[in-house]
Amino acid sequence: MNLTVSASPHIRGRDSTTRLMLDVVIALLPALAAGVLFQGLRAGLVAAVCVLSALAGEWLLRLALRRHSTLPDGSALVTGLLLALTLPASVPYYAAAIGGLFAVVVVKGLCGGLGQNTFNPALGARAFLMLLFPACLTRFPALGAALSLGELSPADVVTGATPLHHMQMPALPDVSLLDLFLGRAGGCIGEVSALALLIGGGWLLLRRVISVRIPAAYLGTVAVLTLVFSKGESPILWMAYSLLSGGVLLGAIFMATDYATSPVGPAAQIAYGIGCGALTVVFRYTGLFPEGVTYAILLMNAAVWLLDRYLVPKRYGEKKEAAQ
Amino acid sequence: MKSLFFGGVHPDGHKDLSAGVPLAAMALPAQAAVLLRQHIGAPCQPLVAVGDTVCLGQKIGDGDGLCVPVHAPVSGVVTGIEDRPHPGGGTCPAILIKNDFLDTPCPTMKPYSHPEALSTAELVSIIREAGIVGMGGAAFPTDVKSKTGMSRTDTLILNACECEPYITADDVLLRARPADVLRGVEIVARILSPGRVVIALEDNKAQAAEVLKQQLKDFPGMELKVLPTRYPQGAEKQLIQAVTGRQVPSGGLPKDVGCTVFNAATAAAVYRAVYEGMPVIERIITVTGEGVKQPRNLMVRTGTSFLEVIAAVGGLTDDVWKVLSGGPMMGTAQGDLSVPVAKSTNAIVCLSSAQNGESAHPVCIRCGKCLEVCPMGLEPLYLYRYSGAGDVDALKRLHLMDCIECGCCAYACPGKLPLVEGFRAGKRTLKEGAK
Repeated sequence: MNLTVSASPHIRGRDSTTRLMLDVVIALLPALAAGVLFQGLRAGLVAAVCVLSALAGEWLLRLALRRHSTLPDGSALVTGLLLALTLPASVPYYAAAIGGLFAVVVVKGLCGGLGQNTFNPALGARAFLMLLFPACLTRFPALGAALSLGELSPADVVTGATPLHHMQMPALPDVSLLDLFLGRAGGCIGEVSALALLIGGGWLLLRRVISVRIPAAYLGTVAVLTLVFSKGESPILWMAYSLLSGGVLLGAIFMATDYATSPVGPAAQIAYGIGCGALTVVFRYTGLFPEGVTYAILLMNAAVWLLDRYLVPKRYGEKKEAAQ
Repeated sequence: MKSLFFGGVHPDGHKDLSAGVPLAAMALPAQAAVLLRQHIGAPCQPLVAVGDTVCLGQKIGDGDGLCVPVHAPVSGVVTGIEDRPHPGGGTCPAILIKNDFLDTPCPTMKPYSHPEALSTAELVSIIREAGIVGMGGAAFPTDVKSKTGMSRTDTLILNACECEPYITADDVLLRARPADVLRGVEIVARILSPGRVVIALEDNKAQAAEVLKQQLKDFPGMELKVLPTRYPQGAEKQLIQAVTGRQVPSGGLPKDVGCTVFNAATAAAVYRAVYEGMPVIERIITVTGEGVKQPRNLMVRTGTSFLEVIAAVGGLTDDVWKVLSGGPMMGTAQGDLSVPVAKSTNAIVCLSSAQNGESAHPVCIRCGKCLEVCPMGLEPLYLYRYSGAGDVDALKRLHLMDCIECGCCAYACPGKLPLVEGFRAGKRTLKEGAK
């Protein structure tokens, strides 16, 4: 008889890393579907390239490090998908592939792997691509323009102004709030449909993958700041367009809630969400580019240790101790 | 509904494996191995020598300081004093008694003629001489706990939560002998004179709650509190919070917030000591789990080996994975089944390989679920990291010593980190640093 002797607890809950990652994948599917629906099949191919390059990067890195394969944990799959959703459908395939590899190998793997990385891998890769291929990442195909499925150079794309381009002028976008909500507007693959993103966010909350703290603090801060510092005739409309345009929803629901690169304490999470929201608005109002979500979250990623260090949760028996 | 204590988890109960089978007494063992350390504190010194004849209930070991005596659980001849495995881990000297199967009672084992007339000092002395310890698993000497709580207790809580999965020993005790438990509580209440006496149990023990409700008609001044089931409700600090809303200060004791908590089996032992003159020589043990053939509760003499107890319920299945002393959340895995039953052994849980949720490649993904479930409001992921790094300053700042090792964090961890194991190593580092 071979009895196992190891430390308590001797039973474990049903949650697993793979289960959580699969829930994130499920939550991302509506946004991906909306991207393909409104921007065409090329959006799906870009996503496939991102996912395959991320998986390949994960597999090759672990092989080179002579460690057990981490493909089954699902994290590379999530990173690949997330990256794809932050790219325009017109992005060259090689750029998408470089992004997928960079996210998984450099931003995550070389920083210690799953759970150890400081910066969000998808956003880190997007920031990297912005430096390498600025023209490909800041020009968006015009709504309804048929995109060739073959390799494209920026010159091949009939571009159109996205809602955020209008707002940078500043002016209210030329699309209705309803179209913006559903996804009939220009932008990156995953950011156009607020409805799809909210459905995904609902799934994550329902499955208790994330708490509402970070997205609520993030979106709440953007709402308050754009209302108070409105650049439109109607502050309410300006606020509504600010929330529905660009990557705020994608960032608040899926990027800022990334486990490895966000704080764990409840108070720290709220502070982090507020920081992301405030920086997003500042970058949008003053930056060179119309969007500021990527750099807002990456900057707050760097502050995570600080927030967790000083905004610690309330302990049992703490108050009484201080009174002694 | 508002939580009565912080965090917590809801593991599957598995209590129906054993709860429905009536309590039975196990056949006497051919040999008893009486461990000389069955309590928190200094071990006993043997009071008998090899070759001595001992009778049932005779005091055979005692000591000074934080120590309570041990008694012969069978009558017979002392055949040796040797090291035996301890259910809490490691080894411990034990007095081996060859059973003569006569159960010749010791003359000191007799009921007190007027238990109502005994003074509190006499009651405390009886509790000590009977060798009573916290029988829910903690094994803290009950006489010391009673003395510490004297004139500082406004709320006496009987802990019948039994929040660990699988275990039904207290449940069975409450259904079979409710009056013993309540009269034990009455005795403790005489010592502590609290303003409020609360019998606390979880709502997964509806039958026991009903039985107690009937019995409590004869015990005015005691209130029944049925709490929503959640682990670790039966942990002392959490139960105090759930019942009174008070929080024991960090590093403090329940008496600091006017509370004293006794386990149901401990109260029954107090009753038997005072009303029957019985020391702790037997207890109810839940022998259960998917790894054992006929799960049930047994009345077992202390010193009986786990192997014999398991044999008495049909033996282990082929698929057994771990044999635990205590429950699956806080119990200790046993490698050698010659280990004897101690006073605080409330369960022998035999898990099958289907319960094995451990991972070959544990990893922290920083999901923060450990924080959500920690009933002490700690940050398990950081405690684990700094325990591994041996960072004494960080461990102190994050209050590692407040950790009650309930295992909620490791249970909830999707990355299957061995968190509690890490904390124990961290606590050892802190203790070494303090020397």
